[in-house]
Amino acid sequence: MKKREILANGLWHNNAVFAQLLGMCPLLGVTTSAANGFWMGAITLLVLLSSNTLVSLVRHQVPHQVRIPVYITIIATFVTIFGMAMDAWMHDTFLVLGLFIPLIVVNCSILGRAEAFASKNSLGASLIDALGMGLGFTFALVVLGGVREFLGKGELFGFNLLGADYPGFIMFVLPPGAFIALGFILAVVNSIKQRRALASRSIAGETMPQPVTA
Amino acid sequence: MITSSPHSHSGASSSNMMLLVIWALLPATLVAGWLYGWLALLQITTAMAACLATEWALLRMMKRPIAPLFDGSAALTGLFLALVLPAAAPCWMVLVGAICAMSLGKQLYGGLGYNPFNPALSARVILLISFPLQMTTWLIPQPLSGGADLYHFTTAAALFFSGVGSIGLPFDAITMATPLGGVKTALHTGLTVPQALAQLHYSSLDSLLGREGGSLGESSALALLVGGLFMLYRRLITWQIPLAYLATVALLAAVSHQIDPLHYASASFHLLAGGLMLCAFFMATDPVTSPVAPRGQLLFGIGCGVLTWVIRNYGGYPEGAMFAVVLMNCVVPLLDRHLKPRVYGQ
Repeated sequence: MKKREILANGLWHNNAVFAQLLGMCPLLGVTTSAANGFWMGAITLLVLLSSNTLVSLVRHQVPHQVRIPVYITIIATFVTIFGMAMDAWMHDTFLVLGLFIPLIVVNCSILGRAEAFASKNSLGASLIDALGMGLGFTFALVVLGGVREFLGKGELFGFNLLGADYPGFIMFVLPPGAFIALGFILAVVNSIKQRRALASRSIAGETMPQPVTA
Repeated sequence: MITSSPHSHSGASSSNMMLLVIWALLPATLVAGWLYGWLALLQITTAMAACLATEWALLRMMKRPIAPLFDGSAALTGLFLALVLPAAAPCWMVLVGAICAMSLGKQLYGGLGYNPFNPALSARVILLISFPLQMTTWLIPQPLSGGADLYHFTTAAALFFSGVGSIGLPFDAITMATPLGGVKTALHTGLTVPQALAQLHYSSLDSLLGREGGSLGESSALALLVGGLFMLYRRLITWQIPLAYLATVALLAAVSHQIDPLHYASASFHLLAGGLMLCAFFMATDPVTSPVAPRGQLLFGIGCGVLTWVIRNYGGYPEGAMFAVVLMNCVVPLLDRHLKPRVYGQ
C-alpha cells in the first residue's frame, strides 16, 4: 500500500468511527464540547503513535500465542505515561476527561491497529497508519463534539456563536444527544460515500444504478 | 386496530380511526380553549401545521410517496403534541417539538406503524429534558386569572411568538404551580400533603373540570374521560390498558395514603392530577406502541401505573405519566412475544 493510501484509509475510508464504529465509549462519553473531543483525540493519537511504533519494532520477537497480552501491556504503559503527563501539565483537561483516559487502554481501535496493521508492517508504514487513524479519530471526536456543543449550548470551542438568548438544546449535551447526533452524522457520511461511489462508477462507464424508491 | 387472529376487516381504515380519535379529543380541546383562549388556538394550529410540514419535508427528502401525509396521523400527532405542552410554550419550542416528533419519533423508524415510541410523547420527553424552564412554566388559566388581560389576542400572540418575558407582566402574577408540582415542592420544604393542598387552594372539582395549572389538554379529567369512553364505545381502544393503568395508580395511591396520609396524596388526587387521564386513554392505547394481546395489554397498563406512581412520589420530576408510557413502550415487543394469545383452532 502506498503511504498516501494508508493515510487516507485512516482519515476517511476506514475511519475508526465513521466506518468501523470503534472507540464508541470515549466518543459518546467525552464529546460534550469540541475542545473535549479534540483533547481526547489528541491523547489517543499519541498513544496510537507510540504503541504502533513499539508493536511494529517487536513484531518479529513476539510469539503469536501471547501477542494480545503483549500489545495490551504496551498500550497500557503508554496510556499511563500520557495520562500522568496530562495530569501534570494539563490538570483541568485531565479532570474533565476523567475516567475516559485510563479507558483508552480498552479502546478497540488502538488494539485493532496493533493487531491488524503494526504487527504485520514496517515501522514507517505503522507510523503513518497510526497518524491517519489517530487524526481520523480526532476528526470524528471534534465533529461530534462540535455538533453537540453548537446545538446544546450555541457555542463552538467555547466561543458563543448564537447569542446569549439561545435557550440551549440541552439534550445534545446529555448522553441521548450523543447517540442521536452520531446517528445523523453517520447518515451524512454514508450518503457522501454513496454519492462518491455512484459518481466514480458512472465515470467508469457503467450504468448508474437507480436509487430504490418505495 | 390490529388484534390477534382470526382477522376480519372491520371496514375501518387508519385515516378513519385518526379522525375518530381527533373527535374524541374534542372535549379536551374545547376545555383547552376555555382555559387558555387564543393561546390554545395558536398552539394547536401551529403544532398541527408544523407536524404536517415536517412529515411532508421528510417524505420528500427520502423520495417517498407523500400519501401518508393525508392519513391523519401527522395531524393527530400535532394535536397530541399541542395538548401535552404547557400553554406558555413559545412558538419555537412547538416547532422544535413537531420536528422531533415527526423525525426522531416517527419517520426515522419508517413512518406510521413502525415507531416504537409514541411520537408526541417522545417529543415531549425531548423538550422536557432540553428546556426544563420553559416546560415547567404554567400559566394561570383564564377562569382563574380574575380577568387579567393575559388572554387578549395581542397579549397571547406576543406571549406565543416572543415568550413569557416579552409581555411585561410579572412572572409570578401570570404563572402558578400544577397540583403535582406544588405538592412535590411543598413536601421538599417539609410540609405535609394536606398543608400543601390547602396552600394550593386545591379542590377535586377544579381538578375534574380542569381549573388548575397544567399542560394545554391534560387539566380536565372529565373531558378526557368523556373522550376516552367515546373511544371505548367506538371500539377504537380496548378497556384493558386504561383500566389496568388507572386501577394500578389508584390502588397504590390508596394503600400508601392509608398508611401515611401526611406524605402520600389520595387516590382521587392522583387520578385527577397531571397527565394521567390523557396518557391512560390516549397515549398508552396508541395501537402502534402498545401490546396486541389482551394479557399483554393488562401487564402494560399495570407497568405504566406502577412507574407513574413511583416517579410521582420518588422521582425528580413531579409527573411521571409521560415517562411511564415511553418506558413501557420499550417492553412492548417483549410482551408481544411472550404473551401470544391462543392460536384460533388449536
